[in-house]
Amino acid sequence: MTKEHANWSPYDNNGGTCVAIAGADYCVIAADTRMSTGYSILTRDYSKICKLADKSFMASSGFQADVKALQKVLSSRHLIYQHQHNKQMSCPAMAQLLSNTLYYKRFFPYYAFNVLGGLDSEGKGCVFTYDAVGSYERVGYSAQGSGATLITPFLDNQLKSPSPLLLPAKDAVTPLSEAEAVDLVKTCFSSATERDIYTGDSVEIIILNANGVRRESEQLRKD
Amino acid sequence: MRSTTTGSNIGSQVILLFKKSLSHTFNLLSVKSNALTICSTLLDQKVKIMKFDFSGLESSAPLYGLNNELLSDGFSAAPSFDLPVTSDFDDFQKNSIQMVKPAKGTTTLAFIFKDGVMVAADSRASMGGYISSQSVKKIIEINPYMLGTMAGGAADCQFWHRNLGIKCRLHELANKRRISVTGASKLLANILYSYRGMGLSVGTMIAGWDEKGPGLYYVDSEGGRLKGTKFSVGSGSPYAYGVLDSGYKYDLTIDEAAELARRAIYHATFRDGASGGVASVYHVGPNGWTKLSGDDVGELHYSYYPVEPATVEHEMTEAVVA
Repeated sequence: MTKEHANWSPYDNNGGTCVAIAGADYCVIAADTRMSTGYSILTRDYSKICKLADKSFMASSGFQADVKALQKVLSSRHLIYQHQHNKQMSCPAMAQLLSNTLYYKRFFPYYAFNVLGGLDSEGKGCVFTYDAVGSYERVGYSAQGSGATLITPFLDNQLKSPSPLLLPAKDAVTPLSEAEAVDLVKTCFSSATERDIYTGDSVEIIILNANGVRRESEQLRKD
Repeated sequence: MRSTTTGSNIGSQVILLFKKSLSHTFNLLSVKSNALTICSTLLDQKVKIMKFDFSGLESSAPLYGLNNELLSDGFSAAPSFDLPVTSDFDDFQKNSIQMVKPAKGTTTLAFIFKDGVMVAADSRASMGGYISSQSVKKIIEINPYMLGTMAGGAADCQFWHRNLGIKCRLHELANKRRISVTGASKLLANILYSYRGMGLSVGTMIAGWDEKGPGLYYVDSEGGRLKGTKFSVGSGSPYAYGVLDSGYKYDLTIDEAAELARRAIYHATFRDGASGGVASVYHVGPNGWTKLSGDDVGELHYSYYPVEPATVEHEMTEAVVA
């Protein structure tokens, strides 16, 4: 008896690419602003980056409805944490919260590919990368989304950081300066736009450092 | 991404998951837990009326009853595909299921020797043919004297090992003594057994040192739990077993055992495409675990097999241009 498969899927892929790079005292989080469905573009001006805490920003690609729901859940959990502990959540704590939130829907996952970027309690940049069901690890840089397979090999070449598993331990954050890292991110997105149909229009870049948050925007090809 | 479960199954699974793992860890849900327990008791009743899966018992041969009448009611439905012409049909079914089952792309190993337990793993995570990460922590520190290895679904292993660590700590607080490796592995095995058939993919080894000395158990998402002295899990395990079995002695020193473990992981990463990255080696002794080494397997290759400069027989000289 063959099982009949549903003709309707609860998921849709809205495309897009997200990148984050951790530096010695800064963190760069970037995402393109194109939202598509199938071969159509829904909008050229959609932000995929969400501020979860003062020092934690999350960029997510995939199904934006699930991303929106996930952002709401995390923001409300953070608010409760602030009420209970009288302080903001640190980035590593937010990272584990995101992992647990994703795993609680293990049997009907959030179709969201996330990258969490921020500063840890020592002020060093940290980037956490996730899969759809919540497995996560702290890395020096990461790309997720439709253009990830194009961007990651380029970042491996430019930024190859020693694995955090090596003993004796070597620092995972990149030695690049903040300006160089922002420039690298812009290069990543212009290259990915050339070869990925779901990436383009413009890239929104958030730069987080000890002085606060800065936002930059760069136009990309709109075709 | 297609969701292959129906709406009602999703609901009951999600709520079961909530009930099992959430309500004692987050006080946020204490307000809602009353509502949840009501929902879950209703669902428990629903779950008790289980639909049994008879598909394995159906046969294509016609069934005859007591008085030689043909039993052709709903129990013996005609199969919807042509059965293969084979003399041993049960074996064929088992083999075809094995072919489709994805082998867990990794190599992890652990063995007991006179000075404790040696645990080692690679660090590659693959999504189909794409390497999604070369730096995954596959040896999970449950608590300072117990380690778990990761094979199968990364999120499943990470989450349930973290959950196991919480349960072990609660045991310590409730009983004023550390939990044994036997107890910890049983806790994990029981949880995984209750999720059997739902698609979790976990192939883990729990290694630790308790009052009875070194302990090593293999636990998987099918619900299996085995006590043993030597295990290797993952797609690279046949290669690791080869090296491990040929070099193993109970009386190895810590350094020799570490080198054996490292070598076994290196050889598995050499031959298995789904394994690679960094070979980590941990030792569990009477005072807890220590990380002994983490070496990139590419560099290990050249340290084990250094490149000799090739002898040149005829050296070509540049032609002089007049």
